[in-house]
Amino acid sequence: MIDYGMGNLHSVASGLEQVGASEVVVSHEPAAIAGADRVVFPGVGGIRDCMEAIRRLGCDQLLDHVLNNERKPVLAICVGMQALMTRSEENQGVDCLGTLPGQVRYFGDQHSSLEGERLKVPHMGWNAVMPVGSHPLWEGIAPGTRFYFVHSYHVVPDDPAMVAGSFEYGLTGCAALARENLFATQFHPEKSHTAGLTLLKNFLHWDGTCS
Amino acid sequence: MALAKRIIPCLDVDQGRVVKGVNFVGIRDAGDPVEIARRYNEEGADEITFLDITASHEERDTTVHTVEQIAREVFIPLTVGGGIRSLQDIRTMLNAGADKVSINTAAIHHPELVSDAAARFGTQCIVVAIDVKRVAESDDGPRYELFTHGGRKPTGIEAISWARKMASLGAGELLLTSMDRDGTRDGFELAITRAITDAVDIPVIASGGVGTLQHLAEGVTQGGADAVLAASIFHFGEYTVSEAKAHMAAQGITVRQ
Repeated sequence: MIDYGMGNLHSVASGLEQVGASEVVVSHEPAAIAGADRVVFPGVGGIRDCMEAIRRLGCDQLLDHVLNNERKPVLAICVGMQALMTRSEENQGVDCLGTLPGQVRYFGDQHSSLEGERLKVPHMGWNAVMPVGSHPLWEGIAPGTRFYFVHSYHVVPDDPAMVAGSFEYGLTGCAALARENLFATQFHPEKSHTAGLTLLKNFLHWDGTCS
Repeated sequence: MALAKRIIPCLDVDQGRVVKGVNFVGIRDAGDPVEIARRYNEEGADEITFLDITASHEERDTTVHTVEQIAREVFIPLTVGGGIRSLQDIRTMLNAGADKVSINTAAIHHPELVSDAAARFGTQCIVVAIDVKRVAESDDGPRYELFTHGGRKPTGIEAISWARKMASLGAGELLLTSMDRDGTRDGFELAITRAITDAVDIPVIASGGVGTLQHLAEGVTQGGADAVLAASIFHFGEYTVSEAKAHMAAQGITVRQ
């Protein structure tokens, strides 16, 4: 698990251990991550501080190496997913890693459903996720299963084909992205009870291909 | 499919034990917090709130240890409150495994703690707890003000404007407790719940007074709350969280089942 000092990583580590990970290493040191079979890129908090920490600790290069050279399976969670995009509107606009071309947009003040019902921001709580296409990480998870979300910004990839799951919250939002050996979720699998643990278990068994 | 309304069992913890009294007196022991949290997790609770009601510095280590144990076993969001006074207190609880912290009295004395904490840790983990009592009737309806020290000490601060201020400072959520109702089992104070949910754009948790499953439903349908919190009705096995969800779902409320 790539640790760049933003927030509590125990929950993700406990979740992975709960579903059978033999050892979870939490570090930003390339040497410590080098022996890993698979890598988690988590994140909570504001994007500006996250990006600053990611760059200061060299986690950008580490992630690039794991993802593109070693081609290990990678799971990005919440702000970890947002950090992969090109740019975020949060904190007056912040350049992100650009691993996945696309934007991170604010839900907006006065956010409302298509029926005109007012919707609170942050989008906080359990929302239904619809898988888009098939992916090994969705195995055993029924369409419409609820996962725990907490975010005020949502990702919009340039290539809609990257969307692996969606949620409805006044707009059709991106709940998950997939590209080759990378899977990213806006929701928190480590906080999503049995459904989340199923996804983490699927990640532990994933070979990093999309079929 | 809309966002589900959340049911949040609350653990009021004193020196490592779950307790719950009537208006914070006549306290009854309800058991081991880790054991109880595990049960709520299995019953389908959407989150768990842990309020350290002793919150003296000597017992802080006990609380941290309990939070760590709960967080290791319970894979739903965990909020910790009680005696949170500084950025260091927040960091300690987040590091112990809390997903959110609830700031109460310290927000009144130092509102900048809310904005500093939101900037540092993100708005998503900052809950501001607002304890209110009805203090007067006027032509515009009842007036509610903030109270501290378990409802004993008035502050003179008007509740709705305070809720707006906390939201603007960066609170990600509000935990609204009626100190008039807390422990009475007479149901939520719906008027102030509705007024505050309408006044802010962030989620509001209704708390204080739940005695029946219908009270939980009313918090959503009449109070407009995004989440409902209860303690004693769940602790003593009177109702399970799943029964509460079935009751709410039967009234057309979207819940996670």
